[in-house]
Amino acid sequence: MEALIELRGVTKKYPLGERSEVTVLEDISLAVRQGEFLGILGPSGSGKSTLLRMMAGLVKPTSGEVLYKGRPLDGVNPGVAMVFQTFALYPWLTVLENVALPLLVRGYPWETCREKALQIIDMVGLDGFESAYPKELSGGMRQRVGVARALIAEPDVLLMDEPFSALDVLTAENLRRDLLKLWLEEKIPTKAIVLVTHNIEEAVYLCDRILVLSRDPGRIIAEVAVNLPHWRERKNPRFTALVDEIYTILTRRKIPAAPPAPPAPRRLPVARVGAVTGLVEYLLEVGGRADLYALGEKFAMDLEDLLPIVEAAEITGLVRVQEGDIELTSAGRRFAAAPLLERKEIFREQILQNVRRIRWIVSVLSSKANRRMPREFFLSVLEQHFSPEEARIQLDILIDWGRYAELFGYDEDSRCLYLEEGETVG
Amino acid sequence: MRQPVELLARRFSLVDVAVILTVVALLYTLIHLGAGMAEPLHMGAKIDLNPVNLPYYVGRSLLRMFIALTASLVFSIVYGYWAAYSRRAEKILIPLLDILQSVPVLGFLSATITGLVALFPNSMLGAELASIFAVFTAQAWNITYGFYQSLRTIPRELRDAAAVFRLNWWHRLWQLELPFSVISLVYNAMMSFAGSWFFLSASEAITVLNRQIYLPGLGSYLATAIMHKDIKALILSIITMAVTIVLVDQFFWRPVAIWSQRFKLEQTKEQTESHWLLKVLQRSSLVRAFGNRVLEPMQRRLITSGGRLVAGTAESGLGAGIKRIVHLLGIFLLLLLAGYTAYYGYRGILLIAQLGFEGVLNLFRLGFYSLLRVVVAVALGTLIMLPLGVYLGWDAERARRWQPFITFAASFPANMLFPFFTILFLRLHISQEWGAIPLMMLGTQWYILFNVIAGVSSLPNDLKEAAAVLGIKGWKRWRYFILPGIFPFLVTGGITAAGGAWNATIVAEVVSWGDHTLQATGLGAYITNATEAGNWPAIIGGIIVMSLYVVAINRLFWRRLYHLAEVKYHVE
Repeated sequence: MEALIELRGVTKKYPLGERSEVTVLEDISLAVRQGEFLGILGPSGSGKSTLLRMMAGLVKPTSGEVLYKGRPLDGVNPGVAMVFQTFALYPWLTVLENVALPLLVRGYPWETCREKALQIIDMVGLDGFESAYPKELSGGMRQRVGVARALIAEPDVLLMDEPFSALDVLTAENLRRDLLKLWLEEKIPTKAIVLVTHNIEEAVYLCDRILVLSRDPGRIIAEVAVNLPHWRERKNPRFTALVDEIYTILTRRKIPAAPPAPPAPRRLPVARVGAVTGLVEYLLEVGGRADLYALGEKFAMDLEDLLPIVEAAEITGLVRVQEGDIELTSAGRRFAAAPLLERKEIFREQILQNVRRIRWIVSVLSSKANRRMPREFFLSVLEQHFSPEEARIQLDILIDWGRYAELFGYDEDSRCLYLEEGETVG
Repeated sequence: MRQPVELLARRFSLVDVAVILTVVALLYTLIHLGAGMAEPLHMGAKIDLNPVNLPYYVGRSLLRMFIALTASLVFSIVYGYWAAYSRRAEKILIPLLDILQSVPVLGFLSATITGLVALFPNSMLGAELASIFAVFTAQAWNITYGFYQSLRTIPRELRDAAAVFRLNWWHRLWQLELPFSVISLVYNAMMSFAGSWFFLSASEAITVLNRQIYLPGLGSYLATAIMHKDIKALILSIITMAVTIVLVDQFFWRPVAIWSQRFKLEQTKEQTESHWLLKVLQRSSLVRAFGNRVLEPMQRRLITSGGRLVAGTAESGLGAGIKRIVHLLGIFLLLLLAGYTAYYGYRGILLIAQLGFEGVLNLFRLGFYSLLRVVVAVALGTLIMLPLGVYLGWDAERARRWQPFITFAASFPANMLFPFFTILFLRLHISQEWGAIPLMMLGTQWYILFNVIAGVSSLPNDLKEAAAVLGIKGWKRWRYFILPGIFPFLVTGGITAAGGAWNATIVAEVVSWGDHTLQATGLGAYITNATEAGNWPAIIGGIIVMSLYVVAINRLFWRRLYHLAEVKYHVE
């Protein structure tokens, strides 16, 4: 069967300042097939939104090819429509005008546009709201307008960029069901749907096939076929097993398929010590071991928010992650049970041992006679590997960890990092 | 659903009659006022102080203001669009805008008036255009910068939606870019309009090359009153000015500002403010029928037909041709601008060279005196307005109550109050060397007040409470809480006030009452005198040196403070 959209060896890099660049997506090859509901799943920083925008022709790949029905794209893909995370409705237009817009700009007379728009508005369940403005609607209704607007021009492929993530749980569930219904009952002429999400359950619930992306850079690390019949039950053991499997894929740190590129600079997860402490304490309470997926449920946290904390705990050697489970290490156990001062000591040992950049900062500081160094110095070094914004975040994390460990301090007024009294490199 | 039949069936109401009458009256007034603009030069040279003529003068002044506003909006949209979408143009246009924004506009007035009067030697049109141009230069830069900024802050998803749903640039302009920018355009237009009354009243009556030109208008009325030492007419013109400002605000800006709230991006349902004028218009079935049957279809026609035209030209390959032409035109324009600048820069330097080394040195000396006055005016203004602003802004309710009065005071052209001070200075024998300072403060301190109030209102409430709980009082409260908290706002206010003060030197360093003239030693007085005498080398030299002072101080002083404000005293 011919692929509707095909990506061949697509890589996307963005320039970082004058010299360096950052790779967002690397060597992506995939095909969107006729009749499938394809999921693209990945943590933040995996470039999944960029991937979707390349399918739409909004973003040009640095290298590789994007094809629509076998022909390379030149500009915006003529066969797609898109549903956006933030809805992207025009607040100065009514529901009717928003939905009719894609037809109107194609040059159809207003009467035709209006008729068609009313029909679609009816179909997505917004009958009676056509003359309302978006701001008068709830989030769920707004996204229905977004779906209606995407459907009106009868695209071959419907691209959805985290369409449910800005909605509350119940509203999102409702909308997912209604969308699936339209799709399964073939009420819409759409030939394929591509859904970008970071919600594993959502992907397993909706999709026929799921591509899992890694981050920094984004690569396809797994392809999971969902062979469950619709409508799927979340309590079904096969459903939960599949969710667990994907969880494991996502938390597996080393990607064996990765080409032996020069060692990428390690990006520290954005998690403050306080969050790590909380996680470790909780683990001790539940016996030192927990299921990652259950942990997310327990804290009502998205994968997106939970992963950095888990990763931080893992980097500092306080926990171990295996097959979707998280477990305290012996250092982690000691840390969780210790009083504050002792904790700081353990944490200090752990990061000196495990985090290269912490050692580097301490050695830079102790090499100076006055044991101080302006923040700018560290920033400029970090900026060789990260974007300025990213470098700032990374340094803030390093400072947060270093301060907690009482390795070094930071003086906001002089914008200098300084070595704590009596501290020497271990 | 809209039911056109029902609309037509509805009876004509009194409101409709009122609407028709107003439209007719407006059209008649416009024609009547417009007819006066191109009269032969000698006819407009006399201003009649009889109060009966005041409405006509007000009308003529307003016409100038609104023509300038229209021109400013058109200019802003073209210039802002160009700068936002052409990376090459942006590199030239934005720094240029920065300089245009900080240069004392009033200094250029003399140059443009002389030029434009020469262009239409026998008609009032030259002076008329020069005055409109002066108001334009006071309005345009702000609006342009706001529009440019707003284009650049359109959220990515809204842009992506436009691209995915295949809006071409024409559709995008009408469906996304202009609607998105309405709030910025209206807000900046309102502020600029208020600020430009000063320039209007300063540009209507001017002496160029030893010839007095009076354009019929409120500013000229005032100038004539001063010449004749007519206190009654003086007071009358000030009252008229005040009434005009209030009326324009109530009948034009308030409704427009409330209407513009429709374009707010926040997806929340806020309390809907309304204005009686908008309500009246909504009640009129005539207006509604006009909206539904004429405006809306026209709007759609504009979008579809215009869009089809754009798309058609794109398909036939004509689009690429047009694009090339526009592109070449852009480059040509930039080259023209560069060539023009180079040529006249060269001519200007030759002219300034006539002043000789001594003369140029003298300019810098005079500039230094003016600088001292600017510094004192801003410092004194801060000293007075800082505590007042903190007092007014501390309580949100109090701030809201005083807002209209302060807005009014800020938009009232300070130069209309100068004569009272002149009389006072003459009576008390106060030297203008000092007298110029309060005159300069009169117009500029409001910027400080505005910003201090904004700063205090933006202080987080929990910080205020924390300060209260910790018992931080008196000087300590100022030192550790208030001053750091409002520092960024204070800097913004200071920059704007200093810019205004430089402009004010041109009208404040020389004032007169009848045949008495008070003079200060300074660059402002120098430029004014040079303009009256038609001394070109002195005019150009004076303007350039003043611009140099302003730009240099902006770069060396304000920008550093600004940076400090951004990195250190930033309350999130």
